[in-house]
Amino acid sequence: MDDLLLRERAVNIRESIIEMITAAKSGHPGGSLSSVEIMVSLFFGGVMSYDPKNPQLESRDRFFLSKGHAAPVLYSTLAEAGYFDKSGLNTLRQLNSPFQGHPDMRKLPGIEASTGSLGQGLSISVGCALGLRLKGLNSHVFTLLGDGELEEGQIWEAAMAASHFKLDNLTAIVDRNRLQIDGFTEEIMSLEPLTDKWRAFGWNVLELNGHSFDELIPALKKAKKRGDKKPQVIIAHTIKGKGVSFMENVCDFHGKAPSEEQAKIAYSEIKECDVQ
Amino acid sequence: MKATREAYGEALLELGRSNDKVVALDADLSKSTKTSLFAKEFPERFFNVGIAEQNLIGVAAGLSLAGFVPYASTFAIFATGRAWEQIRNTVAYPSLNVKICASHAGITVGEDGASHQSIEDIALMSVIPNMTVLVPADSIETKSMVNWAYQYNGPVYIRLGRMGVPDILSENYNFDTKPFVLKKGKRIVIFATGIMLWKCLEAIELLKPYNVEPTLVNVSCIKPFPEESIIEIAKEHEIVFTAEEHNVINGLGSMISSTLSRNYPMKVYFIGIDDRFGTSGKPNDLLSYYGLDANSIKEKLLLLGLK
Repeated sequence: MDDLLLRERAVNIRESIIEMITAAKSGHPGGSLSSVEIMVSLFFGGVMSYDPKNPQLESRDRFFLSKGHAAPVLYSTLAEAGYFDKSGLNTLRQLNSPFQGHPDMRKLPGIEASTGSLGQGLSISVGCALGLRLKGLNSHVFTLLGDGELEEGQIWEAAMAASHFKLDNLTAIVDRNRLQIDGFTEEIMSLEPLTDKWRAFGWNVLELNGHSFDELIPALKKAKKRGDKKPQVIIAHTIKGKGVSFMENVCDFHGKAPSEEQAKIAYSEIKECDVQ
Repeated sequence: MKATREAYGEALLELGRSNDKVVALDADLSKSTKTSLFAKEFPERFFNVGIAEQNLIGVAAGLSLAGFVPYASTFAIFATGRAWEQIRNTVAYPSLNVKICASHAGITVGEDGASHQSIEDIALMSVIPNMTVLVPADSIETKSMVNWAYQYNGPVYIRLGRMGVPDILSENYNFDTKPFVLKKGKRIVIFATGIMLWKCLEAIELLKPYNVEPTLVNVSCIKPFPEESIIEIAKEHEIVFTAEEHNVINGLGSMISSTLSRNYPMKVYFIGIDDRFGTSGKPNDLLSYYGLDANSIKEKLLLLGLK
């Protein structure tokens, strides 16, 4: 897909994120904005195989949002992909809305698992990858992890299992924006040396700029066509709140909605956002 | 005499033979939970995740999302304690088709002692919406339950024991979610679950010389709680006893007394673990120590029931 069209998708998704969180007056903009290019690459960069008209198609690739609090980026990406109408997005977090604070697989098509409690998505992905392989399907499993989430012990249980079971149909992507609710990851609970940790657990490790389509798309495409009997992790270096100057690298916007005024500024900046 | 965990292992193997969607998982306790029988015959459908119960539940969830029917096993304390939140959020909330069959429940684990004796699992699982909670009384019921769980689409917890129990139910018994009246008596009714059905049956034998003949009911489906049947049976009696190898707080006794207090208030006496931790010892000695052996039950029935 043309780079310009990908950028347009990213702009649309960022706008939707701001719009729905502003309307809800609550939600998680920071970690949603940081993972926009990752999501656009997966869904519109010719990486994942899926059919919004047949969301349960057995041969589809699976995407698990382990960092479930980034639900706004998932909702707007799935809407952009045609799973459901965009008009519902502004009911985010309201009573009776299918757009729950954290993703509920029973309420919307395209959501592969109910997530939100951190640390559990990689285990689900391991189970799903095992199941797909057992069925003889070539489907690939992609999982988006938050970096703060890696502090959960269960992540490393799952990491151990993925390499033990030689899951080369599983690719994890770490949204490495270096911030968690209480501050910088390296101040709250150091993750570094992060690539060494994954390597020691038996994973293929790749680091890249998580806002660059030029880096993301070829890497993700290549990740899908492995046969090396090893799981792969992509450490995607990103900026929390990417695209909105007053949110970028600001811890407060992990889980705070912008005001109406701030949203207006955000919309104008998003259009100018240089993702490279 | 056969432990319900052994019956589980055999039933799982049988189920695996007739259904290729059945997969089994364990967390390094397959020889104890008896999933080893399945593992031996179907190594490609068996996943040992090592000593990692949280991952055990997550991986089971993923396998169910890929279209399989996973049976995940470990000790009850670790499944329902260590991985409680994984069961709640990842399995029960989206109502995934995962069967958690946990063994070594209750104090009859024996020598391993308190750290390994789960007296809280019925409470921990029952409090989660969407969960079905089952406690088989013997090997016949266990086998029937394992098959029932396969037919049922949704999360199920089956509580299994380490200690051998005699077959109590008849060969043609088929589990359903209704309580089963094993012995029809008068005045007193005992609602028992799990291994306590056997112990209460023994107690009833001991009561014969005293001309006391309680009704004995097997309540093997704790959730969905069979409220109407419980009320109906209770109404035909004057005194209600409940018996469980579980903390008396928030187990079967609590559920029965809460049901009766709302619908048909009557006095309920609890037989169970009186909010204490377990301890090391031989299973039979422990049953006596905690007042759950036939003689202790007989004494309680005489003392309280015949006032």
